[in-house]
Amino acid sequence: MVIQLLLVAAILSALLYLSVRSVAFSAVETTQDRILGAATLAIAEELRGGAEGVSVDIPYAAFSMLGAIGEDRVFYRILIAGETVTGYDDLPLPENPPEGLDPTFYSVAYQGEKVRVSAAYRSVLVARKPTEVLVLVAQTRSVQAEIVARLANQAAALGLGFFAVAALLSIATGRSVLQPVQRLAEAVGRRGPNDLRPVARPVPEELGPLVAALNGFMMRLSGALSRTETFIAEAAHHIRTPLTSLRMQAEIALRQTEDEEVRKTLRAMIRSVDDSARSAGQLLDHAAVIYRTDQRSEETIDLWPLVEGLVDSFRPLAEMRDVELHTIAPPEGMTLVADRVLLESAIRNLVDNAIKYSFADGLVEVGLHREGQMAHIWVHDRGRGLSGVRASELMVRFQRGSNVEDVIGSGLGLTIVREVAAAAGGNFKLGEREGGGTCADLYLPLSD
Amino acid sequence: MSLDGHGVDWAASLAEAEDHLAAATYDLILLDIMLPDGDGRDFLAAHRRAKRDTPVIVMTARSAVSDRVALLDTGADDYVTKPFDFNELEARVRAVLRRRGGAAQTLQTYADLTFDPLTATLTVAGEARELRNRELRLFEILLAGPDRIFSKTQLVDRLFSAAESVTDNAIEVYVGRLRRKLEGSRARIETVRGVGYRLTQS
Repeated sequence: MVIQLLLVAAILSALLYLSVRSVAFSAVETTQDRILGAATLAIAEELRGGAEGVSVDIPYAAFSMLGAIGEDRVFYRILIAGETVTGYDDLPLPENPPEGLDPTFYSVAYQGEKVRVSAAYRSVLVARKPTEVLVLVAQTRSVQAEIVARLANQAAALGLGFFAVAALLSIATGRSVLQPVQRLAEAVGRRGPNDLRPVARPVPEELGPLVAALNGFMMRLSGALSRTETFIAEAAHHIRTPLTSLRMQAEIALRQTEDEEVRKTLRAMIRSVDDSARSAGQLLDHAAVIYRTDQRSEETIDLWPLVEGLVDSFRPLAEMRDVELHTIAPPEGMTLVADRVLLESAIRNLVDNAIKYSFADGLVEVGLHREGQMAHIWVHDRGRGLSGVRASELMVRFQRGSNVEDVIGSGLGLTIVREVAAAAGGNFKLGEREGGGTCADLYLPLSD
Repeated sequence: MSLDGHGVDWAASLAEAEDHLAAATYDLILLDIMLPDGDGRDFLAAHRRAKRDTPVIVMTARSAVSDRVALLDTGADDYVTKPFDFNELEARVRAVLRRRGGAAQTLQTYADLTFDPLTATLTVAGEARELRNRELRLFEILLAGPDRIFSKTQLVDRLFSAAESVTDNAIEVYVGRLRRKLEGSRARIETVRGVGYRLTQS
């Protein structure tokens, strides 16, 4: 905007300069022509006709008039009936003959200089016969050029001054017009990723529509985001709650019968309930991971307490499955900046998998240590391992190992871990453990 | 829960829950989040603001990803994600009670055995024995009904997740282990052929 204003100021200044220059030029030229014309007429007036010819008495005044202007050279030529009688006989004649004493003016090159010529006719009686006498007076125009140059310089100075003032004005105007926009941009830019409140700061009236559009947009965005969150929560509720009562009924029935056939059927029922609940849950988790990755609500996290807390939450489950959970604390504290919920979801999936695929009396070890700028979280188990399936395949959505058909799973857990690792700028490796079992290694960039 | 020998009062709404809480003291509250008359999390927050320290386990249907942090921050002691296994719920209840030491339980004794349910330590004739996971759970079940015969099926139902396909023989492994832990005691686990097991003393 400032640049456009400067451009306009520059064009206006240039126009000012050019017009002042051309007005000055024509003013000076008109003045000079008048003097030149007057000199020509003065000479013409002094022509005297007689019986023998024409007497020319060039008046001093004519040249002093011209001399008054400056150092210019003056030429003249007087022709009687087309014959040069005095003066410079090569001074060019006018293209259109002048009408009487009203001089015509023209510019020609003469003796290597540009000269202005004034020409006038006078009819003189010679031996009682009217004879046409043509008087030419020419003058170089170095003084005129000088005056024009001086005036042009003044015009240029005026133009520059005008430009400078206009430039300052346009910068000031630009600033004052753009300042509210900039303040608005800063205020919006400073906001956290989840701050979708409408902009409340006062803005100039002209910015009203912009702010209204911005607020409308943020309202729609926050509406869409909260609908996503509500949808995830409600979908989970409506899927899981009926499954819960179904499972409870089945479990109560299971506890009340000893009939092996019925028990088998009830078990199969419970397993499919778990299966669908888990798939639904992981799908919604996955949706939540994607949603939160877009939100980027990051915070500084002290890593080990988080890992330890998560492992502790698994202890009852591990106890139930007769699996030992060991944690190996790092010698130093480690903090990183990440989305807590996503990070928990990744670690939870790893620990859950390790317990799920462990044998009874198995040992699951969870540890953390620093590797350069990375935190290395590892979960090692002595479970059934990957049995030759490539880890990269297991991280594909809904892809499960070939040896896990009897264990409930959705095939989304490792996908979630991989996505969380990628979102945090780290990486995730899964491998066969020496001596049987699985090694899951999660690397995340540290903040310190 | 009643099947497992807990006394349970069931409240279908938050208002009912408040009535129950006003009338009696409880060892533990199991709280659902989506209730007909409000959000269970608001109840939890109010519960903690009122400085009532009855432990709370929340039953959540929401995706595990987004809930845990918020729930534990609000003051839940633990949570289970729907649908859950009774045994998992029970394990969590025991863990919470143990951690909070809330339940006014006293030492349980049988023959020359002393069992502290809060610390889960077993003393045989003054000598401490360490019980792990399922051994511990099995012992707790048997100790709850001395001389009562538990069938293998009953024990399977209480020891393993209902989703696990376990043969009755799996029980024998844990009975065997528990017997070794009880060696030297007057109390012993008796096999009642064709029926099940019981804790008895000689």
